[in-house]
Amino acid sequence: MRYVEHDTVVRRMNGRMVVNTIFKSIFLLATLTALLALFVLMYQIVTQGISHLSFGFLTNFASRFPEQAGIKAALVGSIWLMAVVAPTSIILGVGSALYLEEYARQNRITTFIRMNISNLAGVPSVVFGLLGLTIFVRALALGNSILAAGFTMSLLILPVIIVASQEAIRSVPGELRDASYGMGATKWQTIVKIILPAAIPGILTGSILALSRAIGETAPLIVIGVPVIIQFLPAGVMDTFTALPMQIYDWSSRPQQEFQQVAAAGIIVLMVVLLLMNSVAVFIRNKFEKRY
Amino acid sequence: MIAQSKGKKNKQFVEKLIPFILFLIASVSVLTTIGIMLTLIVETITFFTRVSITEFIFGTTWLPFSNKEAQYGILPLIVGTLKVTLIAILVAVPIGISAAIYLSDYASENVRRVLKPMLEVLAGIPTIVYGFFALTFVTPVLQGFFPDIKIFNAISPGIVVGIMIIPMIASLSEDAMSSVPKSIREGALAMGSTKFEVAWKITVPAAMSGIVASVVLAVSRAIGETMIVSLAAGSTPRFDGDFTGSIQTMTAYIVQVSKGDAGYGTTIYYSIYAVGFTLFIFTMLMNIAANYVSKRFREEY
Repeated sequence: MRYVEHDTVVRRMNGRMVVNTIFKSIFLLATLTALLALFVLMYQIVTQGISHLSFGFLTNFASRFPEQAGIKAALVGSIWLMAVVAPTSIILGVGSALYLEEYARQNRITTFIRMNISNLAGVPSVVFGLLGLTIFVRALALGNSILAAGFTMSLLILPVIIVASQEAIRSVPGELRDASYGMGATKWQTIVKIILPAAIPGILTGSILALSRAIGETAPLIVIGVPVIIQFLPAGVMDTFTALPMQIYDWSSRPQQEFQQVAAAGIIVLMVVLLLMNSVAVFIRNKFEKRY
Repeated sequence: MIAQSKGKKNKQFVEKLIPFILFLIASVSVLTTIGIMLTLIVETITFFTRVSITEFIFGTTWLPFSNKEAQYGILPLIVGTLKVTLIAILVAVPIGISAAIYLSDYASENVRRVLKPMLEVLAGIPTIVYGFFALTFVTPVLQGFFPDIKIFNAISPGIVVGIMIIPMIASLSEDAMSSVPKSIREGALAMGSTKFEVAWKITVPAAMSGIVASVVLAVSRAIGETMIVSLAAGSTPRFDGDFTGSIQTMTAYIVQVSKGDAGYGTTIYYSIYAVGFTLFIFTMLMNIAANYVSKRFREEY
């Protein structure tokens, strides 16, 4: 008995090959469509914004007149914001990851914390804004200060940093740990002197990527009431401020055509900042990758 | 000798203290969730002392800024959100899954290594940038084809939200497809299947749980997306099926109120918590569903 009918196969083979080629093209085309969207987006923003981009744009404050509008307060404000978010979120994130990976027992509380972290990652950023408004701005009376916004953003990116740090800590080889214990080191000494140094490249890479998400987030800032027209630079973390995405949002939502170009110029500045942060992350990853 | 034993005591103290401190740090994430729930629930209850729950859930008019008689029926905001989400899904699901199939079953290792990071760049672009793109490029282009479309509409932000969630669907689906064992594919190829038959009859069914989970997570992201709809969808809550005119989503309403000066303690102020709570429930249900699908229907190899 023949399992394969040669004639039928020959007859149908051409058709099947054609279907294969057609679908291969469709799949490739779909992938390229997504990339095309990326290029069109970049092209649009650069062509609209480049004319307004100058040194003065970086050193001027916001203005009612598009030609004088600058991004100084927003740029400095975003740097201030990161100065609060980076230490807060990294300390909380790495601490949580160390607890979960090194100390936590396999019990219900641990399972609950893990589940909670993955759920927290799915909460919309605008809801974090409501949390910040109620807890930091009102209950703790921090007002719409850098500190209130920084704490809100830190909680927003906390799940990302925890997961990245957990992976980095997990990838430290067990032999290093055993060797350290074998030399008589305590658990905490092992963590501080062996595990953390080995995990730091991974932790930093993940943290920088999380921070670059925080620097582009707008919704929580709007909800906690961060203003836009600011004519001074903040002097401390309790001062009010504005940030790059807030400034871009304000310019984009103005009806005048000229402000669209100012907004595009602002976006270019934001994208350059993001590009720099991502380059640092890639650099760290490549430089320290696979040391074991 | 004494100094040594003192040092030892300190050491033991540190060893006991550290786990406790780290536990406190780890509980911050749990406290955050509790904080979010409490905030939303408490302020929403205050809202419901002024507006009836039935009006909120079943009301078809959302008119909070009316001087005469403010109406708080959330259905128009939900409909607005669903319009944008529907269009986003129509854009993102075919493109995202196609890209995932191409990357997992067709692309060579070199092509994959170039294409995948490029797709992921799309995921790293701030949503405010997408919003600007929707308002200043996609809407005018759409108006060129269909002159009936208004400046603020549901289609343009829908398309752009779709572009934003493509990498999410592509990346998560591709992970699911790549974890289908090579031996099964090779078996099918050895039997004379074309690559398309392998992808369509072997890879996709085997990775179905992961694909569905990725789509559900993407829906959740689309529902919670704020800046694109705030910039490009308008601020007209409407309970109808029109996609071409100005609408308002739940997230855009929260932004609209926050931008203005709704004084603390007014009904409008509390309404953003009630809307936020509704949004939270929607996204939470989606996340739980995605978790359930990927666990319950996973094919183990």
